Amino acid sequence: MYLSDEFHLKTGLAEMLKGGVIMDVTNVEQAKIAENAGATAVMALERVPSDIRKDGGVARMASIRIIREIMDTVSIPVMAKARIGHFTEARVLEALGVDYIDESEVLTPADEEHHIDKRGFRIPFVCGARNLGEALRRIAEGAAMIRTKGEAGSGNIVEAVRHIRTIVKEMKHLTILGKEELVHEAKNLGAPLELVEWVAANGKLPVPNFSAGGIATPSDAALVMQLGAEAVFVGSGIFKSADPEARAKAMVKAATYYNDPQKLLEASEELGEAMRGLDVSKIPEGELLQTRGW
Amino acid sequence: MVSAQNWLAPLKTVGVLALQGDFEAHRSAVLRAVASSSDFPEVQVAEVRTAAQLAACDGLIIPGGESTTMLKLLEVENLMGPLRDFASCKPVYGSCAGAILLARDVMHPPQPSLGLLDIAVERNAYGRQADSRIAKITTEDGSGMQAVFIRAPIIRRVAGDVIVLADYEGNPVWVEQGRHMVTTFHPELSLSGDTRVHQRFLRKL
Repeated sequence: MYLSDEFHLKTGLAEMLKGGVIMDVTNVEQAKIAENAGATAVMALERVPSDIRKDGGVARMASIRIIREIMDTVSIPVMAKARIGHFTEARVLEALGVDYIDESEVLTPADEEHHIDKRGFRIPFVCGARNLGEALRRIAEGAAMIRTKGEAGSGNIVEAVRHIRTIVKEMKHLTILGKEELVHEAKNLGAPLELVEWVAANGKLPVPNFSAGGIATPSDAALVMQLGAEAVFVGSGIFKSADPEARAKAMVKAATYYNDPQKLLEASEELGEAMRGLDVSKIPEGELLQTRGW
Repeated sequence: MVSAQNWLAPLKTVGVLALQGDFEAHRSAVLRAVASSSDFPEVQVAEVRTAAQLAACDGLIIPGGESTTMLKLLEVENLMGPLRDFASCKPVYGSCAGAILLARDVMHPPQPSLGLLDIAVERNAYGRQADSRIAKITTEDGSGMQAVFIRAPIIRRVAGDVIVLADYEGNPVWVEQGRHMVTTFHPELSLSGDTRVHQRFLRKL
């Protein structure tokens, strides 16, 4: 599957998004601001994660009208979220023609045991992961891009850092193991041996690896990229800040110059206030989004 | 004056614009192309994000990615001028988004560009991601090539002394004019490891 033309096209679009910022937007105006600021793609949804957290209730796929309006307005790729395991929401998004589907823990899961079998879709999928086993299971199901989950809507980078560090460390560990040890490791990770062997040989995931969940400042974006993320998703961080336009531009600059402190300083100036963040350790266990996904 | 350069083959530097996009894939493709033939002198590949980094290069590749994102960054970081100056004496190759940035005219929607080749391109002309494809294109020597198109533009018009090196469905997909070259597809993502496009660019250095 990983060598098929179709899978190559799916990961190919993710390759094009590297070094960029994918921004959550809830309407046409926000989508325009994102595009003008230099977003590589937008994620169309009804409520940003911090509002989903605040409002409660069931969070579903966004309204088709909103997604379609955004698709008609911007020239950059448009992504949309489907609930975990909700393969018919995903089929609707495929029929609509979005460019990428995010099978996302930010929405209320539709299936508490299974994810969507993503191999049968023509549209590529991105899925969240907190560790290597979760990432490889999603890839085995057909995900063409992984994003570390972080804790969406928290404005707190601590979980995103934990997840990217965990995945990078687990990948490094595989590269020093012998063949027979990889079989045991595949069992521990709960992931297919074929993929475990691929990671051991290459030291990276077979699909692009992005970061999400809690990225609120230019320095946050640069931090996760220095830790190994190849691009970033910014959800509530932009449109819940004091000056979304300036912040969106600053995030784009930070994703490009993540290794250049002088440019990061420029990106960090005159930004207005960042979104108000949450202490993740104070969020009740049942309200954590990152634990959704199996 | 005697320097190490005199008895080693001169080392050329291929820059890859690394503002955003698949610049890593281009780095690998350049190194594969160099390894494919003993004719090539040794080259080094450098990521380019600033005017100073650009000035140190003998040629530049603008990778695939989002052309609007690259354009914003080129403008904000004041790199359009240095890029034009660079292109007035050194070769530039653009793939997909790079082709859009190098074109004279851009449509659907219109946007500024460097205008290094007399071509008009229409963005996302095949449609959305569902219309991305791997297809066999016809090269000028008749041999054909597997080409990866991702939300690709179409070259709607070529003018002046633009040479068409390959076409697909009746539209040019690989063209050059003087020292500059564009492809609307992604040879850097070739599954077969075909390096002909990058080899041609290396010969321009």
